[in-house]
Amino acid sequence: MQSFLITDPPSLSDATILGGVPGATFIAGGTDVMQLLKNNVIAPRQLIDLDKLNLSNITNDHGELRLGALATMADVAAHPVIRADWPAISQALLLSASPQVRNMGTMGGNLLQRTRCLYFRDNGFACNKRAPGSGCPAIAGDSRDLAIFGTSSHCIATHPSDLPVALMAFNAEVELQAPGGATRRLPLSKLYRLPGTTPHIETNLQPGELITAVILAAQGVSRRSTYLKVRDRTSFAFALVSAAVALDIEDGTIRDARVALGGVGTMPWRAPLVEIALRGQTPNDQVFETAALKIAAGAETTQMNAFKIRLAQRIIVRALQTVSA
Amino acid sequence: MYVGQGVDRIDGKAKITGGAKYAAEFDLPGTAHAVLVQSTISAGKITGFDLVLAEAMPGILAIITTDNAEKLGNLKAAPQKVTYPLLQDSNIKFNGQHIAVVVADTFERATAAAAAVRVNYRATRAVNTMDQAISQSVTPKEFSNGRAKPDSQVGDAAPLLPAGTLRVEQTYTTPIEHHNPMEPHATIANWSGGQLTVWTATQGISGAQKALSSLFGLEPKSVTVICPYVGGGFGSKGNTWPPAVLAAMAARRVNRPVKLVVTREQMFTSNGYRPRTVQRVKLAASPDGKLLSVRHDVKTQTSMPEVGEFAEPSALITRMLYEAPSIGTSHRLVQVNHGLPTYMRGPGESSGAFAIESAMDEMAAALKMDPIAFRLKNYAENDPTARLPFASKALRECYAQGATAFGWEKRNPIPRSMRDGHLLVGMGMATSSYPTNRMPASASIRLTADGSALVRSGTQDIGTGTYTTLAQVAADELGLPLRKVRTQLGDSRLPSAPVSGGSMTSASVVPAVQAAAQGMKSQLFALAINHGGPQWRGISPETLALSESAVIGPTDRLSIAQIFARAKIAQLNATAGAHPDSDAQKYSKHAFGAQFAEVRVDPDLGIVRVSRWVGAFDCGRILNAKTARSQLIGGIIYGMGMALFEETRVDPNSGRITNANISDYLVAVNADVPDIETIVVDSVDPISNPLGTKGIGELPMVGAAPAIANAVYHATGIRVRDLPIRIENLLV
Ligand SMILES: Cc1cc2nc3c(=O)[nH]c(=O)nc-3n(C[C@H](O)[C@H](O)[C@H](O)COP(=O)(O)OP(=O)(O)OC[C@H]3O[C@@H](n4cnc5c(N)ncnc54)[C@H](O)[C@@H]3O)c2cc1C
Repeated sequence: MQSFLITDPPSLSDATILGGVPGATFIAGGTDVMQLLKNNVIAPRQLIDLDKLNLSNITNDHGELRLGALATMADVAAHPVIRADWPAISQALLLSASPQVRNMGTMGGNLLQRTRCLYFRDNGFACNKRAPGSGCPAIAGDSRDLAIFGTSSHCIATHPSDLPVALMAFNAEVELQAPGGATRRLPLSKLYRLPGTTPHIETNLQPGELITAVILAAQGVSRRSTYLKVRDRTSFAFALVSAAVALDIEDGTIRDARVALGGVGTMPWRAPLVEIALRGQTPNDQVFETAALKIAAGAETTQMNAFKIRLAQRIIVRALQTVSA
Repeated sequence: MYVGQGVDRIDGKAKITGGAKYAAEFDLPGTAHAVLVQSTISAGKITGFDLVLAEAMPGILAIITTDNAEKLGNLKAAPQKVTYPLLQDSNIKFNGQHIAVVVADTFERATAAAAAVRVNYRATRAVNTMDQAISQSVTPKEFSNGRAKPDSQVGDAAPLLPAGTLRVEQTYTTPIEHHNPMEPHATIANWSGGQLTVWTATQGISGAQKALSSLFGLEPKSVTVICPYVGGGFGSKGNTWPPAVLAAMAARRVNRPVKLVVTREQMFTSNGYRPRTVQRVKLAASPDGKLLSVRHDVKTQTSMPEVGEFAEPSALITRMLYEAPSIGTSHRLVQVNHGLPTYMRGPGESSGAFAIESAMDEMAAALKMDPIAFRLKNYAENDPTARLPFASKALRECYAQGATAFGWEKRNPIPRSMRDGHLLVGMGMATSSYPTNRMPASASIRLTADGSALVRSGTQDIGTGTYTTLAQVAADELGLPLRKVRTQLGDSRLPSAPVSGGSMTSASVVPAVQAAAQGMKSQLFALAINHGGPQWRGISPETLALSESAVIGPTDRLSIAQIFARAKIAQLNATAGAHPDSDAQKYSKHAFGAQFAEVRVDPDLGIVRVSRWVGAFDCGRILNAKTARSQLIGGIIYGMGMALFEETRVDPNSGRITNANISDYLVAVNADVPDIETIVVDSVDPISNPLGTKGIGELPMVGAAPAIANAVYHATGIRVRDLPIRIENLLV
């Protein structure tokens, strides 16, 4: 670990300005940053601790749910409104990590945690994300955990977080503040970038730009939602494949359907073709199975991770069965 | 009697309150910190180090590399043959090989400088995985510590088999697995006037003393090894691995105490592992279920010869498990550019049982026979390969009691026939066996006037409960309350004892404690007779007994305090050794067991969860019901990990381990483990050792993985022959 300076600015404007200095990195709960530092995956010269910023509120008014960027995973998961109206979000969080990590991990940090690709996290390997242009040994190597959607010949690293999978299904937005005070909103789907030829550039954030909140517009479909996560052991593991699924069913017809997948994409992955195949249909197993088949389009697999297509389809069907029951 | 009772660990409180000191926790003034640097290529040569950056960093005391490391004595003569890499040459034989040691005044500074060491290599072609060289196998040079031969054959190697013979011929594989004990390998080394003292995490202080003294050209008594507590070893701390030696080398270089704690990542290339196995099993049976021939041919990976050799003896279990007119086994090695493999819980038996017990299940299915009935039909009354009687064997009772407790009779033999809602239910079983080992050991007892005893032996408690069981034995032998007995272990200046491996600590050390207690008794009786006054004179010692801190004579009792006062002594000492009985060589000595697993499989998602477990064991006399149960459930859980989670993954193009951390190397967590019922069947082995114990450290792991694989087959109809069983194997 390279030595670094750590500061805890008292205000958002200070934080963004400091964060915009080259070599600076924000630290919230620190559950990911600390690991990356210790493994010499990142070597920031300055850490900007967000602890003093007042960003941990969870509010629900004017039809908008606002999760402060520093709200912890544990607090959001336990919030009564989220448990009642956004079950997929609460479940995604409760199926993440461990209670200790959830007590520290924050909304902003979870959206931006780095990939768990084993090659990215070990300096002993080349990695286009960590050391641009050095190559990607993962594609021809141990690729079981890696992505099948949104990949490029430069990088197939999976986005590891559970929460944004659920958020993606609900068209969440992130609220951002840039150095100088300018704020903007960005759909979560626009926060992330596909690897392409620049896998080291993962988001569309400007230097120093800070996530201040996650915004969710009230929507009928969210109440009937679930998050299903399949992993190698029962607890304390990242998703092999997961799905956030929501259905709005009226008079026996699916009016709205949302399907997003985790563990398969280089970013949290929405499955619009599946949603289209569901809308207007009667909820039954055959409809679910036919719709789930649509995810295969566009998948690029290796020998080791090809099973994820079938697994994802099964998970979608199971989750749809759960929410339509 | 304390022996047999579920007495609480006497070291329990110290452990949970932080009072128990582990190797890395000793505080020596002026301690410097050493951090290992490891290679990032698998084969080749170091062409040069660039230390400019690292040497300029604050607090650096020394950077020891292959260029400037002290030359050690005759490596070939070193007792444990684990002498690579010790920075003696610039060759690279595996990815993650130690190539330098950075020593600094703080751990953080040493860590930072270690990351700043630049290395230039000339890489050569490497064998990165076993499968890349599977066709080029060699015969082990030294097999099973010389106790067995790599190949065996009983009866005709290629018997003529009648028409109608059923055959099973399959290949089973087990992956590289790492022990991952909670406590990492750690050593503090300190030189003083040519004497070396090390505090090191080891399963064998006596072996560490021999290995270190040999490498540094010292008399054994010039090396003191201290290890009061071990946070798990599972075989990885059986040998004295290079980091301990490098710590001593670094301490000599900087002339102050040096602490070297291996990081979790480095533990994947520093202290051995269970090698990958590729096992071919051929069974032939008559239609009525009699085995006609058994063949078990094992290939396992080892390192390049310069690093050393280790053969996982997976087929040893097949030599003694079932009766058949023809039983043949072989072991071959595939040399890979990886570190040296080593013993890991049930070395050989755990991996081998997966192959033979899966094949037995496949044959039972082919015969349409109940798996237990098939095993009983081929029950070995004597060891079929050694052609010796078993010292004791209560495996029938294990099958019977295990099956009853488990409800085996409710098993519908047809695969995929049992359900719980949408989940498939499977029931599987497998046999377990592990040899009963024993080695010479010694112990001493000191008794003081207040009636308290101190039991001492140069063994070590690797978490199994040795502190407690030795105190129980001594308290019983000397008629003392348990609270008056203390145990001191883990110091090479104490009477010597063997490595805590091979499930033999109790069998080896307890007889020594008993012998020392006998010696103590004789002295006490003699003192009572000589100093007890007129009514004691002329009494034969045989008529005396020790009870409630007193010598009990025919008419009178004398407390220990009284005896000491009258004899005007402050303490009594007795030291004794105990050796395996040569008569025991006339027997085949094993513990046995029957494992019963119930699994629930989600047929759509491929998720396997173990839902119930019964393990019934013939493991001889139990010294402590509580610590014994901990061993049994611990072994079973280790077996669950082996069946479903554990695998060290290797990048096929570089030979570098990809999941060298415990976030990605998965072991079972609590949520994976159901209630486990353990049964100890009534059996005492009077032959293997005077106590009648059989060893319980490894036995409960053996057979656990095949029981799960067999249950998964029963649940799904899918036979998985490659561990671990993964979701993708069951997604049909
Ligand atoms: C053992 C373990 C198991 C885990 N298992 C799971 C799991 O199953 N599922 C899962 O989803 N996650 C899992 N995680 C990851 C965990 O959820 C994340 O580490 C956590 O959410 C990160 O939050 P944090 O606040 O600690 O982020 P930090 O580590 O502080 O920061 C992470 C990143 O976000 C940036 N950042 C933080 N806040 C902001 C902000 N407001 N604006 C801009 N940038 C910001 C930081 O600069 C950094 O790049 C696991 C972690 C561990 C250690």
